Amino acid sequence: MDKQQIIDQANELASQAQQLADTIGSNAVEAAPAVASVAEATGTTPFVFLFTAFVLACFVGYYVVWSVTPALHSPLMGVTNAISSVIIVGALIAAGPSDMNLSKIFGFIAVVLASINIFGGFVVTNRMLSMFKKKQKKA
Amino acid sequence: MENLSAFAYLIAAVCFIMSLRGLSSPDTARRGNMFGIAGMVIAIVTTLAMPNVLSYELIIAGILIGGAIGTGIALKIQMTALPQLVAAFHSLVGLAAVFVAGAAFYAPEAYGIGEAGNIGAASLIEMSLGTAIGAITFTGSIVAFGKLQGIFRSAPVTFAGQHMLNAALGGLLVLLVIWMCVDQSATLFWAIVLLSLAIGFLLIIPIGGADMPVVVSMLNSYSGWAACGIGFTLANTALIITGALVGASGAILSYIMCKGMNRSIINVILGGFGADAGAGPAAGAGGEDDRPVKAGSADDAAFLMENASSVIIVPGYGMAVAQAQHALREMGDLLKEAGVKVRYAIHPVAGRMPGHMNVLLAEANVPYDDVLELEEINRDFAQTDIAFVIGANDVTNPAAKTDPASPIFGMPILDVEKAGQVLFIKRSMASGYAGVQNELFFRDNTMMLFGDAKHVVEDIVKSME
Repeated sequence: MDKQQIIDQANELASQAQQLADTIGSNAVEAAPAVASVAEATGTTPFVFLFTAFVLACFVGYYVVWSVTPALHSPLMGVTNAISSVIIVGALIAAGPSDMNLSKIFGFIAVVLASINIFGGFVVTNRMLSMFKKKQKKA
Repeated sequence: MENLSAFAYLIAAVCFIMSLRGLSSPDTARRGNMFGIAGMVIAIVTTLAMPNVLSYELIIAGILIGGAIGTGIALKIQMTALPQLVAAFHSLVGLAAVFVAGAAFYAPEAYGIGEAGNIGAASLIEMSLGTAIGAITFTGSIVAFGKLQGIFRSAPVTFAGQHMLNAALGGLLVLLVIWMCVDQSATLFWAIVLLSLAIGFLLIIPIGGADMPVVVSMLNSYSGWAACGIGFTLANTALIITGALVGASGAILSYIMCKGMNRSIINVILGGFGADAGAGPAAGAGGEDDRPVKAGSADDAAFLMENASSVIIVPGYGMAVAQAQHALREMGDLLKEAGVKVRYAIHPVAGRMPGHMNVLLAEANVPYDDVLELEEINRDFAQTDIAFVIGANDVTNPAAKTDPASPIFGMPILDVEKAGQVLFIKRSMASGYAGVQNELFFRDNTMMLFGDAKHVVEDIVKSME
């Protein structure tokens, strides 16, 4: 008696679940293009994506920099100085086109400035780091 | 193709993260630097492979010129001049950011952000921010460089209504950025540049020489945020991620430096200790003092140290100025041969940039495991026979713990007064940067060694030999 009731109820539930799943499935199929077109239409998606990368990078930076030993804070400044010159990417795009204009000249100047920094930053960091030596074992 | 380059930029960004991660220990640090270089190569090659980069002559010429100048400077620079060098490099990042923003403003098609005169509002805001921060970094770093190099007076420059003026200019900058989004004329762009240049200059002139560790780290942070702003304009993840890393790094260093001086970042930006001391008579222990001090000779110092069982050396900026690090290491070696335990204690704000003392000692071949930070070594002063203070002053002043009226009260200090005997090298009885008399000089267990740091140490070395 009890058993039969439970089985009936279970069957009923199962068929309801099946129906629900079908509706969701068809909704999803219909929704997918809709979502895509919304994303295209509003045009906010690229910014949100970039901003996500930015916020995550801030957190990564926070934890990574706290793990840097205080003794190496000067080399840290050297390295960060060098890598912040990745701004050269923007300069290269400006200096890239084949026809000469103001923008290209700006790009060229920025390439020179950023290169000074990249080479200078990495070389001076390398010089600093090569000086840090462990205690020599007594022979 | 676009996806491929986006992936390459991501790899470059990961390399940069790895390069900072490597700095967690001196063993892995050089590998970290290699990661950084690899990341930079990937980023540059990826950009050069883009379809709209067509002519390479100017680019190659630019990289060669810049590379030669940068490498030349970096190989020649003296380690004592590192803070100036870093400040100068920061100014270049700032200026490069301004030029990239200018290029994007005049040729937005190349960056896919619209056409000249019709750039999207979001891109304009990002571009203006990048430009403003870049220009502030540029002039700010130049002033910092001038103060560190001794071209400008390192004393704070203050005038009436200074903060009001800065606030007004800041407000004006915000208005210009808003106007820029509506009008986007070239005049407005250059107005933003000029105004930001002025702000950068005005922001740094009131800050005194000994606050430079904070300023240098702060400008480091700014250069990162400038790169970030440009990264948003170009929709380039490598730039955004790297800019955020650098920005966070500079911010954390500024925070550590401020904590080392027990001051808030606002307090530092609004003007230094020097300004307080100039405004009124230094409180409490300041001013002239006629109390007797014990002065000793190099021979006395040599005798005391050779007969000690442990010595802790406390170096400060004075050691860097006198270039005494090599003589100091010689002294340390002689003491070690005599069986004395020799260690070095570094205060977080010793020197003119974070970690400056560590680099100078490393340059003089002091093994890095002998060099300890404040928290690691402070407890050991009570068990040590001799504390040898060379070129440091305020960071050893016990008044920071005992005298609430002192301007440096609350600043963490090295507990040198707990050592059996304190040897204090000093040119004269003049007070330190903070304009506070050091109570330590008048203690029974302190012996003053008057003279130039390098000469005194050399005399001690001679006397030991």
